[in-house]
Amino acid sequence: MKRFIGFVKKEFYHIFRDKRSMFILFGMPIAQIMLFGFAITNEINNVNIAILDQSKDSETQKIINKINASQYFNIEQKISSESQIESVFKKGKVKAVLVFENQFIKNLQTKKQAKVQVITDATDPNIANAITNYVNAILQNYTQEFKRDSPSSYQIQTQTQLYYNPELKSVFNFVPGVMTIILMLVSAMMTSISITREKELGTMEVLLVSPLRPFQVIIGKVFPYVFLSIINATIIVLLGFFVFKMPVEGSLFLLSFESILFIISALSLGILISTISNSQQTAMMISLMGLMLPVIILSGFIFPISSMPMPMQIISNIIPAKWFIIIIKAIMLKGASITIIWKETLILIGMTVFFIVLSIKKYKIRLE
Amino acid sequence: MNQEKIINVKNLTKTFGSFTAVKSISFDVNQGEIFGFLGANGAGKTTAMKMLIGISKPTSGEAVVAGFDVKTQSEMVKKSIGYMSQKFSMYDDLTIKENITFFGGIYGLSRIQIKEKTAELIYELGLEEVADKLVSALPLGWKQKLSFSVALLHEPKIVFLDEPTGGVDPITRRQFWEMIYAEAHKGTTIFVTTHYMDEAEYCDRVSIMVEGSIEALDSPKNLKKQYNVTSMNDVFLKLARNVE
Ligand SMILES: Nc1ncnc2c1ncn2[C@@H]1O[C@H](COP(=O)(O)OP(=O)(O)O)[C@@H](O)[C@H]1O
Ligand SMILES: [Mg+2]
Repeated sequence: MKRFIGFVKKEFYHIFRDKRSMFILFGMPIAQIMLFGFAITNEINNVNIAILDQSKDSETQKIINKINASQYFNIEQKISSESQIESVFKKGKVKAVLVFENQFIKNLQTKKQAKVQVITDATDPNIANAITNYVNAILQNYTQEFKRDSPSSYQIQTQTQLYYNPELKSVFNFVPGVMTIILMLVSAMMTSISITREKELGTMEVLLVSPLRPFQVIIGKVFPYVFLSIINATIIVLLGFFVFKMPVEGSLFLLSFESILFIISALSLGILISTISNSQQTAMMISLMGLMLPVIILSGFIFPISSMPMPMQIISNIIPAKWFIIIIKAIMLKGASITIIWKETLILIGMTVFFIVLSIKKYKIRLE
Repeated sequence: MNQEKIINVKNLTKTFGSFTAVKSISFDVNQGEIFGFLGANGAGKTTAMKMLIGISKPTSGEAVVAGFDVKTQSEMVKKSIGYMSQKFSMYDDLTIKENITFFGGIYGLSRIQIKEKTAELIYELGLEEVADKLVSALPLGWKQKLSFSVALLHEPKIVFLDEPTGGVDPITRRQFWEMIYAEAHKGTTIFVTTHYMDEAEYCDRVSIMVEGSIEALDSPKNLKKQYNVTSMNDVFLKLARNVE
């Protein structure tokens, strides 16, 4: 035990004295969360929209005037047919199109109900959300005035339709994504680099000649990163919670358990990488190409899995990060308990065990 | 001199794929002697040493070190030996004191022992001024002396030194050999590889390895007599020519 503490202490000296490590550990998570978080704003101001007025009656004109008068929207153009919607979005000039149905005033008077469709460009999901909310508010305001004039109940229904990003990816998606990437970086990349560093410098030999057993050496090297990864995950969850109101609906205990599971699987991947690389450079390249790239591309973090080509969807199943993202999203956003995510958890456990066994096997071979 | 054999090697062989780096070497090392393991670069010295210290499995043959079989009892072997690797093997980003504490710790020294050893070592090497400086700031010669002392922290029976004087100036080499003598005087067996032939003169006995095989083994005096030359360098040149 005393040996272990000494070993871990030395490992922390390495980490705290290395600027690059410190940056990856503490700079990156904060920078990434802030970057993703603040790039997505909730404020809207003079957003360009287009109008498709199929009714062209006095009421629609009133509503349009109201919208135009607000500081939030600017009517960039009026279009005359549904076929134009796609092309105005493609040109990128407008963020939303409002569609008034045919015979708007007539429906309002006879059926007491008329429809407005709000179609938004959801590449920026928060803005899309905000636009819908503001349009709703203006319409509600309008119905209220309309009611005052004629005291029976009227209703304007808004239908929302999202273009380009139907899953409404937002900061809520980035927090789990960033957490996954950072845990991968710290656990897999940094451990593999720190182990290969000892190989490169020749100190690994000295450690192996000492009375320490090979597995003690590895546990000693890996432990600080488990510790730091947990701290990192905590920082990310706290930042998400306090700065971006990312909720944690589910149990914190379950969240920690799943995170530690993922950390362990990433660590065993790190050990595996260190067994096949002889230099820090190689370890870093393998970690970046072999782990980070698949995590970014295939985990569903940036590109929705459902819109990937079939072969890529299938490959995405072997990426632990995909399952981890599903799990933590379910816990944080939906308050899922283990009864709901047991399948994903089992898959993650299976993968972790597999990587641990593989890395132990590989590590043994390397020593002979 | 006590003639007890502390290292016993028989037909030790190591192959990497189709290449045989160590070709069935056999020799003994006596307790307490300075045994020089000589050879040109690439002769197979490091490969042979790694088998003796239990971090590389022999392809065939046997080796007993400090009474333990390197194949089956490598953990016991490790407890009896000290090792200084060919690459400088301390942590550059740790201070001298931190390095000593760390290595003392993994060899199971108690906190008090570590404290005493650290003070002793820093005094002996004259490192008082730089004890709290990072090792990276030290000149190579000092690093090597420190490395050697650290390999001896746990007072091993045998210490294996792989080219301990590589790349340093003659004066520092001289000082280093004085440290080796002092340690040998305490009864520690020294197994040292080198490709500097002049250093062979300092050893009790030397073996000369050429392309994986031991071509000569005796005291420097006897070898010079046998080959009828005046320096170990000439012995080596004659041997190398014979092999060609
Ligand atoms: N792991 C290895 N795989 C393949 N060849 C190796 C390995 N280690 C050493 N060798 C080869 O074995 C030979 C002896 O190397 P080494 O024992 O380091 O020589 P020395 O220490 O005498 O300079 C060299 O030709 C070297 O290239
Ligand atoms: Mg060598």
